[in-house]
This record gives sequence, structure tokens and C-alpha cells, in this order.
Amino acid sequence: MHAVLKMVVQRVALGVLTLLVVSALVFISVEFLPGDVAEQILGQSATPETLAALRDQLGLNTPPVERYFDWLGGILQGDFGQSVISQRPITELLAQRLGNTLSLALLATLISVPLAVGLGILAALKRNTWVDRTINIGTLTAISFPEYFVAYGLILIFSVKLGWFPSISIVSGTVTFAERIHLTLLPALTLTMIVTAHMMRMTRASIINLLALPYVEMARLKGASQRRVVVVHALPNAIAPIVNVIALNIAYMIAGVVIVEVVFVYPGLGQLLVDSVAKRDVTVVQAACLIFASAFIIFNLVADVISIVSNPRLLHRK
Amino acid sequence: MTRHLRKMPLTALFGFAVIFTYACVAIFAPLIAPYPETAIVGPEYMPWSDEFLLGTDSLGRDMLSRLIYAARNTLGIAIATTLIAFILGCSAALFAATMQGWVDQVISRIVDVMMSIPTLITSLLLLTIFGTSVLNLILIIALLYSTVVFRIARAVAMGIVVMDYVEAARIRGEGMFWIMFREVLPNAATPLVAEFGLRFTFVFLTVSALSFLGLGVQPPLADWGAMVRENASLITFGDLTPLLPAGAIALLTLAVNFIVDWMLHVASGLKD
Repeated sequence: MHAVLKMVVQRVALGVLTLLVVSALVFISVEFLPGDVAEQILGQSATPETLAALRDQLGLNTPPVERYFDWLGGILQGDFGQSVISQRPITELLAQRLGNTLSLALLATLISVPLAVGLGILAALKRNTWVDRTINIGTLTAISFPEYFVAYGLILIFSVKLGWFPSISIVSGTVTFAERIHLTLLPALTLTMIVTAHMMRMTRASIINLLALPYVEMARLKGASQRRVVVVHALPNAIAPIVNVIALNIAYMIAGVVIVEVVFVYPGLGQLLVDSVAKRDVTVVQAACLIFASAFIIFNLVADVISIVSNPRLLHRK
Repeated sequence: MTRHLRKMPLTALFGFAVIFTYACVAIFAPLIAPYPETAIVGPEYMPWSDEFLLGTDSLGRDMLSRLIYAARNTLGIAIATTLIAFILGCSAALFAATMQGWVDQVISRIVDVMMSIPTLITSLLLLTIFGTSVLNLILIIALLYSTVVFRIARAVAMGIVVMDYVEAARIRGEGMFWIMFREVLPNAATPLVAEFGLRFTFVFLTVSALSFLGLGVQPPLADWGAMVRENASLITFGDLTPLLPAGAIALLTLAVNFIVDWMLHVASGLKD
């Protein structure tokens, strides 16, 4: 088998294994609850008979291993079970919120990735000048800010003082595309500010590392222009680290999205998760955590695969 | 060392000044604060005045006093959490590096799995199961961050256990604990100190984020993250007050980051 293909297959297999282990951990964690799900639903005053009946109905009497595979099988078919608190099917709760969160994250990615990579390359080219120092201090400052500080700061400026955007982003099913963008832009800008700094610093670092390599020096000595050195010689080798950086920051975004959604009362998955944690709605927390964790693992997997494929050294056998 | 200190950039100097101020405020909180931490001293949402320098909060407690006391609570929790994370992570790493073989494999794979889920998500899951309390918060966050510490400490320790003096200690017949703490740890200490600063900022931000979400420090204790949440509605009236506790968090993280940035720069030996 070709070396590259073999590495990709190995990496994908490892990713699938990680997903399975994580899903098992998420499932097992609930087993540590004081009492079990049936006691959670019925509360303190339940009689032993009703408890036994509910346990039977929920299938809690079957062994955990069997229940885990039932649960996993259900999820693969889009059935997450039902909420402990509201008794509604979780899939119904998740459906629209997942779309909202994805569109928010997508908008933030579309703004932040070109911005961060552009600024990172600029800072690397202007290394040790005032441009680089300004960008460096600016990004360190942005990294240090808690998400809600950025969010409330933007609300204060753009919705209270200037009145351009609403301070609360309640997106219902009936909004048009333009309205949706208008409502989502402020939360997306918050996310952008959070992740751009990280991505930019890492892009800068990886390009600087490359510019110090002998083959780049060689290209310079041949008389290639600065633009040619960066775009033709350095950039192809920088793709792998940059893609990794982007995937890592989509992970930062997952944490950020939870807080940003709470600040803007945005009806997404993050807000559902926080509400469910407060209510101790175990099954919903389980489902939401599994989705966030899977998204994280899949993004990392995709990044790794791209960096394997984009590594020119692997294409040539030794 | 003095050469480095004299060449310390303004940003790092600023960082040390900020940390010193915060430490003083946290230690002498009862002396500085004009009112007690949880006492209701006036009507709700009073504007800034001579009596209440930064106004009052959603229950009529003095904002300034709570900001000062929160320095104690928030910093205390963050420092305790980071310390536990380091003790856990470093012990596991030294153990794995000293024993090698399957012990190392098992611990490393467990850490891999734990690191494959975002910290905030895992902590939310664990807080649902064990309930929200300060002790649970400290233990959960410490456990989650100890994974990162483990990775770094293991990498450092792995470079040390192959040294001749460790081999000499083994041949001398020293026990595992002697090798872990008397041979490996002292030589791994330097890189771990810079790491401590960096981890502290992450722990600090996570703890305040959870408090902001209402899942960390519980009322009536003052905490910067929780204070933002309690007073957030003032923002819509164009009042800056809710941004102050968030700003306090941002300033401290910035200060630590400036120092870590400088330390890493010095450690990397770059000349520019």
C-alpha cells in the first residue's frame, strides 16, 4: 500500500477508536450518579413500585454493556433518548439548535481564518519591526481576555452606543438569511476575536521556523524575490502546521461558543448544555457533550489527515 | 540572570507590577475594602458616588468591596487548582518516566483520551454528575489540567531519565521514589516553572468562565466571573460596571502572559 494512504487509514482508525472510547466514557460517567436515572426522573418521593416500573420501561435492568450498545445504536440512527426533566425526545431539542450553532461557528470561521493567516504571514515577513511588535502585543492582549469580556465590550460599543446590532440574538425558525447574518454577526465577531489571536501567533511561529531553514536561505541566495520565497518556497511547507492551527482553534471555538451563546441568549447547543447542567438533566448533557466532543475529535482528525496528505516529503519514498 | 533582568522589556515589568498589586489586594482585602463582602449596604444598582465608589450590585452590595474580596476567592481557587494539577500531573509523569514500559503506556493512553475532549465540555459533564461546589470545581479542573502538565512533564523527564547520573542512582540501588524526586525532579524544575504561569492563566480563565455560567463559585461568595453574570443587565443601559470584574480577569491574565512570553523568549536564547 502507498505510504501516504497507509498513514491516512491508520489515523482514521485511531480517530474512530477515540470516538468509541469517548462515547463509552460519556456513557459510563452517568453510571456514577447517586442513584440512577429513574430516581432522577421521579425524585425523592417515588414509591419502589413506580421506580421499578420506570426502570423496566427505560431498560435500566439490562446490563450496562448492552445498554451502551443500545444507546450508541440509537444515536447512530439519530435517536438520543429522552430528557430526564422534560421527558421530550432529545433529538427534537437538538435539531434546530445544532444548525444555529453550526451557522454561528461557520460565520466566525469564515471571518477569522483568512484574517489570522493573513496577519500571521504579515507579522512573519515584518519580523522584529514595529508592525510585528504591535500585532504581538495586540494578540497577547486578545488571548488574555475572557470571552464574556469581549462579548459585553462589543455589546456596549455596537449595540448600546452605536445601535447597529441587537444585544440579544434570538434566532427563530422564520428569519430570512439577511436577518440571520445580522443577528449572528456580533456573536461571530466575538468568537473571531477570541480565536484569531491564537491562530495568528501560531501561523507566525510556523512561518518564521520555515524561513530559518537552509533551503529558504538558498532560494534567497539565488536571488528570488521576497514574495516568491514566501509564496512558492515557504508556504507549501507551512500548510500542514497552519491547517493544524486552524483545527485546534475550531476546538477553542467549541469552548467559546458555549459562553458566547449564553451572553447573547443565542439558541444554540452551548446554551442548551449550560441550561441542562444547571438543571442536572443528565441525558441531555450526555448528548450535547457527545456532540461537542465528536466535533472536536473529527476536526482534529481532518486536520491530521490534511497535514499528512499535504506533507510533500511523504510523497517520495526514500 | 541579572543581565536578563536589566534587559527586561516594559511589558514584563508591567506584568510583575500588576501581579504584585493583585497579591497585595488579595492579602489585605479586609483592610482595603470599605464594606464587608456579603453585606447589603444600600439600594440595588446605585450609580457611582462618594459613598459607593463603584456603585452597588443587583442586591445592593458594594461593588468595590466585592471586587476586592473576589481577588481572594478567585485567585485562591485558581492557585489551589493549578497547584493540585501540577502535583498530580508531575507525579504521574515522573512515575511514568521512571517506570517506563507498560505503566507509561497505560497512563499516556488515558491522558490521550482525556485530552481528546475539550476541557470546558468535560468539566460541564463532570459538574452535572458530582454537583456544583467549590471543592468539586477545584478537583475537576485540577484533574483535567493535570493531563496537559503530564504531557509536558513527561517529555522533560524522559530526557532526564536517560542521563548517566540517573543510571548511577539505579545501579546504586536507590528506590523508585528517590529517583523520581531526588534525581529527576530537581533537573526538570526549571522548564516546569514557566509552564506553571501559562497553565495558571488557562485554569484561571476556565474557573471564571464556569463561575460566569453560574456553575462555579456559588453566591453569596464574591467571584469576578460570577459578578459579571449577576450585573450583566446593566450593560444594556450603557453602564460600564459589569465590565470591571471581567477587566480584572483580563488584566491579570495579560500580566502573566507578558511574563511568560518574556521567560520563553529568554529561555529560547533568541538574540534580537
